[in-house]
Amino acid sequence: MSDHIVKSYDDDLAALKTMLAQMGGIAEEQLSDAIQAISKRDTKLADMVIAQDGKIDALEVQVEEKAILTIARRQPMARDLREIMVAIRIASDLERIGDLAKNTAKRSHAISEPMPRRLMTGFARMGRLAQEQLKDILDAYARSDSEKALAVWRSDEEIDALYNSIFRELLTYMMEDPRMIGLCTHLLFGAKNLERIGDHTTNIAENIYYLSFGTAIPVERPKKDQTSITSYDAAL
Amino acid sequence: MNMIPQTIQTPTTPDILAGKPVKILARNVDIHYGDKHAIKNLSIDIPDRAVSSFIGPSGCGKSTFLRAINRMNDTIPGCRIAGDITLDGQNIYDRAIDVVQLRAKVGMVFQKPNPFPKSVFENVAYGPRIHGLASNKTELEEIVVASLRKAGLFEEVKDRLDHPGTGLSGGQQQRLCIARAIAVNPEVILMDEPCSALDPIATARIEELIDELRQNFCIVIVTHSMQQAARVSQLTAFFHLGTLVEFGDTGKVFTAPRDKRTQDYITGRFG
Repeated sequence: MSDHIVKSYDDDLAALKTMLAQMGGIAEEQLSDAIQAISKRDTKLADMVIAQDGKIDALEVQVEEKAILTIARRQPMARDLREIMVAIRIASDLERIGDLAKNTAKRSHAISEPMPRRLMTGFARMGRLAQEQLKDILDAYARSDSEKALAVWRSDEEIDALYNSIFRELLTYMMEDPRMIGLCTHLLFGAKNLERIGDHTTNIAENIYYLSFGTAIPVERPKKDQTSITSYDAAL
Repeated sequence: MNMIPQTIQTPTTPDILAGKPVKILARNVDIHYGDKHAIKNLSIDIPDRAVSSFIGPSGCGKSTFLRAINRMNDTIPGCRIAGDITLDGQNIYDRAIDVVQLRAKVGMVFQKPNPFPKSVFENVAYGPRIHGLASNKTELEEIVVASLRKAGLFEEVKDRLDHPGTGLSGGQQQRLCIARAIAVNPEVILMDEPCSALDPIATARIEELIDELRQNFCIVIVTHSMQQAARVSQLTAFFHLGTLVEFGDTGKVFTAPRDKRTQDYITGRFG
């Protein structure tokens, strides 16, 4: 995109992108630390994640302020307008991702039972997927790459499918051994958080597409998360 | 040339207008000023009872084309026009057309308010009188009052109809010119930057008026204010170097224009 005649307008838009890049960086770190905290039950790391969350929240407020000020000052049109609206929406998705990472990390405090390794493999895999998606979508945004955004958008199916299988697996463990219920419930919520993070990355993907083309992605996203309609018996 | 379009359905048609009646239709219009090729092969369908705005950088041809719609360019030496412009299917450049009648049907409001150096009443009464629209004094008064009301000016000037029109404020003068234009029962109102000499409040009044007038008229407005085009028009045409680059739903043009040139212009990127 060529430059504006008024150079400070470019600076305003660049500042928004920079703040979002910072938010994205922190969100990635938070997610990775949260997964670590659960896997290793590292409560110190969890506390760090909890403490860092304020940074993302503060950045979201800054993005909003900058966006509103830019709208008031420049009366943006066309792609500039979309750029600003999309920045606000992505900031809100990143803020939610930060919250979900924090909530996941917190759970490491509540897990006191020894954790069987096989239980962790699914969760760890899901964590890796969520991290990859988040990284890819942030790259796609930084480069305004709508193709890459679409690829991320499609790959959310995988996370949903994985969440389904973790859900069933955890139900089985809980039935086998009621002492595992506490642990499994926390893991289930953790996995649900990762699944939600996947949803937020697809929101971001939709916004990147809108930024490029000014329209919504023309087809509906395939949904694989069946857990909300899966009964106890059917899970077995 | 006999073109009688029933409804809009050409490639230049924005989706939201499909099926709406065409008021003004232009096909392959070229306009030259001497050697200068001001409008290049322009085709457009302008709907009735809607506001269409023309935007584009200075010298892009938007005012030239606007003036061609009521043959104001006829008076400019060296100006040649080719192609067809029709009003309700009738070619306005046909020899049989009476230009005075055409201009009564297609009124015009200019950038700078230009009331006649006469009273408020006479400013509005002049047109209906020369066109013989009133058969007696009462009828003429009715037309004047109704026009001033439609222009949203009556309440402000009802006690000084005999005062000079030039004594009104800029915004009032512009509304007086609009009242003058609508007094002769036009079908189309052309506006060439009608608010560029007005303050924001007077501008808002004119914009409110334009919004009311579109219930009954086909309005075409040339404006340099993109925000104004976005606010008042349902359709926006972007002109560049004598070419109509894009014509479409105003909402679409200002949020996701099709052409890169439109995008660059409305976002302030033109070199």
